Amino acid sequence: MTSVPSSPNLYLDPAASESFPPLGARRLFLLGGIGLILVGMLFGDIFAVFVLHQNAARVGANLAGAAHAALDGNAGAVQSYFQNVGKFLENRGTKVDTHVHMIDFGYLALLLAVVEPWIALSPLSKRRVAWTFLAGSSLLPVGVFLIAYVGLVYSPFSAIGWASVAADFGGFLVIAATLACLVGLCRNFRSAGRDTFKDSLMLTLDPVARLLLAGGTLLVLFGFLLGAYYAAFDLYRHEARDFADFSQLSIAAALQNRDAVDRVLADYGQLQGEKAIKIAAHAHAIEFGLLAMLLALFQPYVNLRESWKRRWAVVLLLGSAILPLCVLLELKFGLVAGGLADLGGLLVILALLAMWVGILRCTGQWDAAASHVPRGIRP
Amino acid sequence: MSAARRVLLFGGLALAIWGMGYGLWYALFAEHQALIGIGTSLAGAFTSAAQRNADLVGSYLQDYKEAKFVYDRQVDVHSHWIGLAMLLITLAIYFDRLAFSDKWKALLACGALLGAVLFPFGVLLQTYNHGAVPSLLAVLGSALEIATLFLIAIGFARRSSSPPRS
Repeated sequence: MTSVPSSPNLYLDPAASESFPPLGARRLFLLGGIGLILVGMLFGDIFAVFVLHQNAARVGANLAGAAHAALDGNAGAVQSYFQNVGKFLENRGTKVDTHVHMIDFGYLALLLAVVEPWIALSPLSKRRVAWTFLAGSSLLPVGVFLIAYVGLVYSPFSAIGWASVAADFGGFLVIAATLACLVGLCRNFRSAGRDTFKDSLMLTLDPVARLLLAGGTLLVLFGFLLGAYYAAFDLYRHEARDFADFSQLSIAAALQNRDAVDRVLADYGQLQGEKAIKIAAHAHAIEFGLLAMLLALFQPYVNLRESWKRRWAVVLLLGSAILPLCVLLELKFGLVAGGLADLGGLLVILALLAMWVGILRCTGQWDAAASHVPRGIRP
Repeated sequence: MSAARRVLLFGGLALAIWGMGYGLWYALFAEHQALIGIGTSLAGAFTSAAQRNADLVGSYLQDYKEAKFVYDRQVDVHSHWIGLAMLLITLAIYFDRLAFSDKWKALLACGALLGAVLFPFGVLLQTYNHGAVPSLLAVLGSALEIATLFLIAIGFARRSSSPPRS
């Protein structure tokens, strides 16, 4: 087994800058990827604080309205209330999709930044692939976000509007760019000179990176176990309860039993909350774990003092643990735990922003060194 | 690059592209239709309740149950394939640091890839067949994924707790 060199700060190493040329594919993937994750997380935090609960309340109110309209035998009002429910659910769904897709594309960009030196394409082609990926990664979430506002205006399709078409085109661009990367990787491994390149990024693991790697692996495992528990003990029970609630709601409305309608509506609201909380805790634990594992790789490029690098890594892991744990506690402690979960998300955003600034400083230092002209010599 | 790393890297990228392709197909040809189906059946059930038509209520609710079952699983399949693919690629980067022999590393890489493919595939099959086989595939896939990740975590822990050897 070979030993791994520990903790050289690669931002001080001019040779390391060769794999990060200005506006090169690797730099685009790295800075663009972290930028996408940051914007996606910020959007998610704003959504959680200002939209999520308010939207859920509106869905609940309209569902209650529909049940009471059925109780009163008013079929027209039922249709109108259900149109509102559909509108609010679409509003919520598209915002969740915007948040999730932006962050996931950011993760994929970071992964492509890591494997970029092994992609056997010309620098120009790789740069084009990176721009295509980033264009698609931005277009899809923006298109998805606009679905609820653009609707079917001027659309030639019966169910898909122009915003959906734009989003799908964005997805197609991302698929094409990722496919090009896979082709480049295959070409590299089929060429005679494969494995000769040693990337400094893959050979270094400083103490801060080890902390992030260990914490990230634990978070992913925790998220997996949460998901397995949910699938084993909650999923089918929740699905049965969902059907039973609607069944009882319709029967109670048909029998004009107002008390039963209100009781079932309360149970349905609680069920939706329970489902959302458990799925959110599972997804966030895994996503933050993956983020910590990915950021571990890029720590040698974070041009900050060692003590600050460690602090930001701890802040990132702390926020990553607080958010899923507090989301789980929302069932018991309500909005207090929800507020703490939002704070956890904010901590992750701050730590990520600090690391992004550190990497920007690193690339800036390289560019300044490369463009430095000794005094008295004209270029 | 070791065989294990190659399995994880190529398998992960291929799975990510597959998952995204599935998502694109789903967004174009299935999602809007599924959402309309869910909304229509639920609204139909409540309208029938308002008209005191119990038979129609039952029929609409059955439609809702089926549509919701399929919709939830199709969304889960898309997100799990891509999420697991990204985990595979991340693990590929670190895999040479695992304190296991090359044979074990290759076995773990194959196990992780197999679990990542099988688990969502089993979930997807549930939308076509309500029997035990799809559920069994999904359970086996997820168990394989958790077990391999657990062993990989142990491998990382062994490596970082021992002093570097040349």
